[in-house]
Amino acid sequence: MLPLIGIAVLTIGFTVRLNPLAVIVAAALTSGVLAGMAPLAVIAHLGKAFNDSRYVTLAFVALPVIGLLERHGLQARARTRIAQLAGATTGRLLILYLALRQITCALGLLALGGPVQMVRPVLAPMAEGVAQARLGSLPPPVLRLIRAHAAATDNVGQMFGEDIFIALASILLIKGVLHQEGVDVAPLQLSMWAIPSAIAAFLIHGARLSRLDKRLARLAAESADAERQAGE
Amino acid sequence: MIGVGAVYALAGLMFAAFAVFTLRDPTNPKRYRRSAFWALLGLSFLAGDRLGDLGDGLIVVGLAGLAAVGGLGLGKPQTTTPAERVEGAQRWGDRLFWLALIVPAVALAGTLGFKALHVGASPLIDPKQASVIALALGVVVALVVAMLMLRPPLSAPLQEGRRLADLVGWALVLPQMLAALGAVFALAGVGQSVSHLVGAVLPSTSPAAAVIAYTVGMAGFTLVMGNAFAAFPVMTAGVGLPLIVHKFGGDPAIMGALGMLSGFCGTLLTPMAANFNIVPTTLLELPDRWAVIKAQAPTALLMLIVNTALMYALVFRF
Repeated sequence: MLPLIGIAVLTIGFTVRLNPLAVIVAAALTSGVLAGMAPLAVIAHLGKAFNDSRYVTLAFVALPVIGLLERHGLQARARTRIAQLAGATTGRLLILYLALRQITCALGLLALGGPVQMVRPVLAPMAEGVAQARLGSLPPPVLRLIRAHAAATDNVGQMFGEDIFIALASILLIKGVLHQEGVDVAPLQLSMWAIPSAIAAFLIHGARLSRLDKRLARLAAESADAERQAGE
Repeated sequence: MIGVGAVYALAGLMFAAFAVFTLRDPTNPKRYRRSAFWALLGLSFLAGDRLGDLGDGLIVVGLAGLAAVGGLGLGKPQTTTPAERVEGAQRWGDRLFWLALIVPAVALAGTLGFKALHVGASPLIDPKQASVIALALGVVVALVVAMLMLRPPLSAPLQEGRRLADLVGWALVLPQMLAALGAVFALAGVGQSVSHLVGAVLPSTSPAAAVIAYTVGMAGFTLVMGNAFAAFPVMTAGVGLPLIVHKFGGDPAIMGALGMLSGFCGTLLTPMAANFNIVPTTLLELPDRWAVIKAQAPTALLMLIVNTALMYALVFRF
C-alpha cells in the first residue's frame, strides 16, 4: 500500500498548483523509494521510460507547418469562410464536426483532428467567427468559452469514435488483457459493442452544443446591455 | 530501413533550433532558461538512446527544474500583424486549407502505403512505426509546398513553430512525462495496490454492484492515472473478470468494450490526461487550466451513467 503515497503526492501537487513537471518527478521518487528502490535508480527508470515514450511528443513536429499557415492567414480565412454560410451557428458547426470526428475516428483516421492540427488553426477560429458574425462582437471570456468547447468537442468525438475501429491501440489492449487472463474475444465484437455508446455520446454532446447556442446568445445580449449602460 | 530514429532526429533538430533562436531573442527576459529547456529536450530526442538511463533521468530532472523554478518567459518571434493575416487570407483563400490538409493526407497515405515499399527483401519503412514516420513525412512535404507557394523568409517555419511551442511551454512535455510516471508507478506496484483498495472498498455482492464497481472504478482510476490504458488491466483483472464474468456469468467482450469507454469518461475529467485537457488550454490561450475539462464534464458524467446502464442491460444478456 505504501507506493500509493506517490498518487497522493501527485494529486496534492496538482491541486495546489505546483509545476506539474516537478510534481511528477516528486511522485515518481516517492512511489519508487517507498517500493524499495534507490533514488538514483528511480531517476534512471524515469529517464528510460521518458526516452521510450518520446513518440508521445511527436505530434508537435507539426507546429512549424501550422505556425507558417497561421502567419499567412489560415485562422483569418477559417473565420471569414464559415461566416459566409447561411444558417451556421457555433453549436451546429460543432455538432457537424462532432459527427465527422466520430466517423473518421471510427475509420481509424485519428490524425485528421487534434488540438495542434485542427482545433487551434481551423475549428476554434471557425467557431468564434460564426458566433461573431451572428451575435456581433463578443467579450474575451465568451470567446474563451467557445474555444474551450471546440477543444472539448474534438476530444469527445475522438473518445467515442475510435473504439469502433478494430485495429486501434485500445481495442488491441482490451483483447490482449483478456487473452492474458485466458479469455479470448474477437476485435469485431469489441468494436460492435462500442457503437451504442458512440450514438449516446453524439446525442448527449450534440444536445449540449445546441444549448450552447442559446447560452452564447444570452451572454452576447448581456454584454451588449452592459456596454450600453457603461455608455450612458 | 528508415525507422522512428529518423523522426526523433528531425524533432530533435527542431527543438535545437528553437533553443538557438530563443537565445538570440532579447525580448524574452528569461531566454537563457527557456533556451536551456528546448536544448535539453532537443538533446533527449537527438541522443536519448546513447545517454544511458541515468543520463535520460537527469534530463527529466533538468526539464522539471527549469520549468518549476523561476519560469521560462515568453519569446516574441517576428511574425505577421493581424491586418497582414487578413490580407493573406484574402490573397491565398481556400488554398490555405489545402496546405493544412497535406499533413494528415500524407500521414494517412503513408500509413497505408509504406508496406508496398521495399529495398530488396526488407521493407524501406519500419512497419511498426509507419504512422509516426508518415506524420513526419507529411510535415516535411507540407513545409516544402508551403515554402514554395507562400515564399516567406527561410527562418519563418522555425520561428513560427517556436512562437507556438513557447505558448505551449512546459506542457509540451507533460504528456510524455506522465507516460513515464505511469511506467514508474507500474514498477512500484501502484496498480496492484489500487486494485486491492477498490476490491476492499466497493461492494460486489450483486451483479449491479459489480458493474458499478467496475465502471466507476475504471473512471476513477483513469482520473488519477490520466490514462484508461493504465487502468484497464488492473481493474479488469481485479474486478471485471473475477466478478462480472466468472461469478455472475457476464459477456467479456461487452464488459471490455464498455469498461474501456467508462475509462475514457475519466480521461475527459482529469488534468492528468494532459494531451487532451491541458495542451489545448495552452494552445488556445485559455488562462483557466480547467476550461476544457469544464466544457466536457457534463458529457463525461452522463456518458459514465450511460455506459454503466448499457453494461448492466447487455452484459448478462448475451
